[in-house]
Amino acid sequence: MGQFLNVALLVLRKDVAIEVKSREILYTTLFFAVSCVLVFAFALVKEGRVVEDASAGILWIAVAFAGTLALGRTFERERYGETLRALLLAPAPRAAIYVGKLLGIVLLLAVAEVALVPLVALLFGAAFFARPLLLAGLLASGTIGFAAVGTLFAAMLVRSRSRDVMLPILLYPITVPVIIAGVRGTVAIAQAAPDEAVAAMWIGLLAAFDVVFVTLALWTFEPLMTE
Amino acid sequence: MTKRYFVPLLVVTAAMFAYAPILIANAPYESTMGLVQKIFYFHVPSWFAMFTAVFICGIQSAIYLFRGRAASDRVAAAAGELAVVFGLLGLVTGPLWGRKSWGVWWQWDARLTIALLLELTFIAYLLVRKYGGPGSEKLAAAVGIFGMANVPFLYMSVNIWRTIHPPTSVVPTLPAGMPGPFWFSVAAFMLLLTILMTLRVRLEQQRAALDELYLALEE
Repeated sequence: MGQFLNVALLVLRKDVAIEVKSREILYTTLFFAVSCVLVFAFALVKEGRVVEDASAGILWIAVAFAGTLALGRTFERERYGETLRALLLAPAPRAAIYVGKLLGIVLLLAVAEVALVPLVALLFGAAFFARPLLLAGLLASGTIGFAAVGTLFAAMLVRSRSRDVMLPILLYPITVPVIIAGVRGTVAIAQAAPDEAVAAMWIGLLAAFDVVFVTLALWTFEPLMTE
Repeated sequence: MTKRYFVPLLVVTAAMFAYAPILIANAPYESTMGLVQKIFYFHVPSWFAMFTAVFICGIQSAIYLFRGRAASDRVAAAAGELAVVFGLLGLVTGPLWGRKSWGVWWQWDARLTIALLLELTFIAYLLVRKYGGPGSEKLAAAVGIFGMANVPFLYMSVNIWRTIHPPTSVVPTLPAGMPGPFWFSVAAFMLLLTILMTLRVRLEQQRAALDELYLALEE
């Protein structure tokens, strides 16, 4: 167990070190998320006011789209340097490599969300911060769920020629429960009278999703990455 | 073994499909929906067949992934395709009924949305198989497993999100005269699924055998 965690943290440290040096994925992902928010603003703002509940949807779609981009880029980097093979050849449990990559993506998206949530709240006058703890719970459990499925698929797609189109095609139908739970939970928090029970219920569903899909990914990562 | 049972199975299924319209026509009319309710005899069975195919695909994908059994991959491929076919059947018959009884072609109702999402998942499965390039079988297997594991989550999330579809409790509380034709149709659809699966798996088997022969020839 100690070695497992060590390997996972080493992979995470490697990714963070590369990212801190170049900041490429963070900047591009964040800029992409902001452009998404603007595109949706033009679609959903009517006479200067945003359609009811749309701000929660805009936030989550921006997170999902930006997340897809970040997933693609992280593994593209590994492919470019031919380093994924080196990682897989390392005498370390494969699942630990998955966990390290997953933590890296979650961390990256968390940083992006720190900027994105206040921006969406400000632009659309949404009361996201009425229940900050519940919001943090929703974002954390939702991001982990999305990244858990995404990291596995992105890792598998490294070898595929059509990886750019395949990732969103595979990822979105399967992560729909995350989007629904995230959006409905955020709406419950941001409405005039925040409904804590509903938000907590969605967090529960997201937590169950996380447990099931992280377990499945840990379980399938080894045979999937074996050539 | 499959060869011996295939022809009798085909005959029985053909006979059942030939007789089903008569049985459905003679079934009593539903009091409020009238004639449109008859769609239920092939709409619901096609969903039964789809869900069966989804679970076959998921389980066989897992067997392929962990045991490396090529035969399981072929069964999963066939099941994935049939899940899309039967799903499409449900997605076509559903709106036909919806237009008559809700007045609109499509509603963002829980069960419709779940069906559409599952259909999308398995279309994605087929796309990966076709365009994923070398090694896409494993990728597809992961999609099959994740697609199956996602069913309860889709079910819960979408159900809480919205519901106007007649509840699943419709089936156990059918009025007299309806369960007979209904279960007959379900059985016919399940047999059809079995037959199509057998044919499709056989095709894949022969394809694999042909590939092996080519390889042997080259050596």
